[in-house]
Amino acid sequence: MNALLHAADAVTTKATTSDPVLNIAIFAAFVVVTMIVVFRAGRNNKSAADYYTGGRSFTGGQNGLAIAGDYLSAASFLGITGAIAVYGYDGFLYSIGFLVAWLVALLLVAELMRNTGKFTMADVLSFRLHQRPVRLAAAISTLVVCFFYLLAQMAGAGGLVALLLGINDSLGQSIVVAVVGALMVIYVLVGGMKGTTWVQIIKAVLLIAGAGLMTIWILAMNGFDMNQLLAAGNQAAAAAKKPFDALAYGNQYKNAIDFISLGMALVLGTAGLPHVLMRFYTVPTAKEARKSVVWAIWLIGAFYLFTLVLGFGAMYIVGPDVILAAPGKTNAAAPLLAQALGGPILMGIISAVAFATILAVVAGLTITAATSFAHDIYASVIRRGEVSPNGEVKIARITVVVIGIAAIAGGIGVQGQNIAFLVALAFAVAASANLPTIIYSLYWRKFRTRGALWSIYGGLISSIVLIAISPVVSNAAPAATSTAMIKGVDFHMWDLSTPGIIAIPLAFILGWLGSIIPGGKKENSWLGAEMEVRSLTGHGAEKEVAH
Amino acid sequence: MSTETPEKGHHRIDYPAFEENPTYKQLKKRQRSFVWPVLVAAMAWYITYVILATYASAWMKTLVFGNISVGLLFGLGQFVTTFAITQWYVSYANKKLDPLASELRGVLEEKQKKGEA
Repeated sequence: MNALLHAADAVTTKATTSDPVLNIAIFAAFVVVTMIVVFRAGRNNKSAADYYTGGRSFTGGQNGLAIAGDYLSAASFLGITGAIAVYGYDGFLYSIGFLVAWLVALLLVAELMRNTGKFTMADVLSFRLHQRPVRLAAAISTLVVCFFYLLAQMAGAGGLVALLLGINDSLGQSIVVAVVGALMVIYVLVGGMKGTTWVQIIKAVLLIAGAGLMTIWILAMNGFDMNQLLAAGNQAAAAAKKPFDALAYGNQYKNAIDFISLGMALVLGTAGLPHVLMRFYTVPTAKEARKSVVWAIWLIGAFYLFTLVLGFGAMYIVGPDVILAAPGKTNAAAPLLAQALGGPILMGIISAVAFATILAVVAGLTITAATSFAHDIYASVIRRGEVSPNGEVKIARITVVVIGIAAIAGGIGVQGQNIAFLVALAFAVAASANLPTIIYSLYWRKFRTRGALWSIYGGLISSIVLIAISPVVSNAAPAATSTAMIKGVDFHMWDLSTPGIIAIPLAFILGWLGSIIPGGKKENSWLGAEMEVRSLTGHGAEKEVAH
Repeated sequence: MSTETPEKGHHRIDYPAFEENPTYKQLKKRQRSFVWPVLVAAMAWYITYVILATYASAWMKTLVFGNISVGLLFGLGQFVTTFAITQWYVSYANKKLDPLASELRGVLEEKQKKGEA
């Protein structure tokens, strides 16, 4: 125990003096290995199905790992561990929402989506409705979700650098954001979906193994006695500058309605995230899509159980005060814990894993957004299908570069701003603009084009408006201490910082109303029957590409 | 799908008529009657947990044994139910859904080959 206290002391004094050279070297090794894999994977990209879906040739297990790699962002690794370390169980509420959400994907969405779609979410939504308007709406909401998510990840990359590499000036951080953006573009441009998937698989293995190793380490230090770990954590929490009860909920979230609103968005948003949905097309059959979700649920669930142990470990080994004083605040908990346990080498590995995490997630978002733009907006809406698959992939590649530039510019532009709410917003848009239409399309025959448009645009607009007038964008706090995105101005009109509780039910109601009110375009009932038969039987589903 | 006309092969099948196929009806009934009740129950269980954690946080921190509180047990319970539902669905789908789906796929492919209207 004494040795541990010393370790904690050592952390206090050199919290920011990790070894940047070592961290960069380990990260560079990751980049080299993934680049080799991506270049090898890219050689087989011949058709559109190759580029967008990796030829639909991944197994359920591989895809499950890739889903975990796509889904477990730096926010879940660093953010949740840190939140548990400084607030106790509240961080745990987050991770449970992220996990339970997968039941929606498993039970309602994954298989039927795989059976009826080709490359994008819009394929499924426009299957039996009027093509162009529905496709356009679905593509817009796909792009919005991807862009918010991407921006949050890029901004996170800047913050992470300050913490891990000791780069604190804004020029240095901008350079790192640019490097992350450039690597992401190369992965996606060269490797397509196959390369991106392998990056995600490698990252998932590293992340889960790294977190698992630290978890076992901490448990071993406590004689594999959870009770002892909780006691140690709680003691540290009680001794913190701002003491809290680590074994209770409600330390971080004071507004219960706000938390319920967030919980709804987390649970219903996952199955509407376009980059997650696209992963279902990378396997050959619906049965493999089911297997991928099962793998993903076990991996993600195990990982979130690890974060509980890591959070309590960081609570007593590093301490809430040290974490909050470190650059990066709660995000510093996991790297500092790694340093206390295994010294600079383990910290370097965990830091590199955190970077790899950001890279894999942004690559997945980029290929999803590019596919949606090229396949839905360019090929189907602008050119009305009069475009060869090669022409489409060419547009997708150009889009990748454009998104890369926009992401770098955006990531540099939002530096230092508090935009953590963007991830919650992306989930809220996915839950309100995407999920209702997906569920209605797959399960309700009377669903019509007008309902789809009302639901998608209604969910999208209400989410964004509610965020814009919420206290996370502007509030009454003085500019110096304000945590809002826009400081010193106050135009907030309602008090919830998450829009889910209004936007999600609203989108469901709009989809229903738009479909039952008489008038509007007629739907093709034959296509309705075809979609349902195909969704359940898998007849006519897109096949694996043979090489 | 997409804007190109659906492949001719599919349109030769009379899908509305196929929906009257008793095996198909059974498959649809089995799928719908599993996924909806199970999902609704899982969501209700999750919302109960969130509401208790926010509105009954005093009760949730009651220690059951050692430092294990009611709230922690509820939280870990969410993991257990999620894993259990996952495995339950997999075994249900393997036994009750997949055989029917693959039988129907065979029927549909046969129809398509014959160019049956």
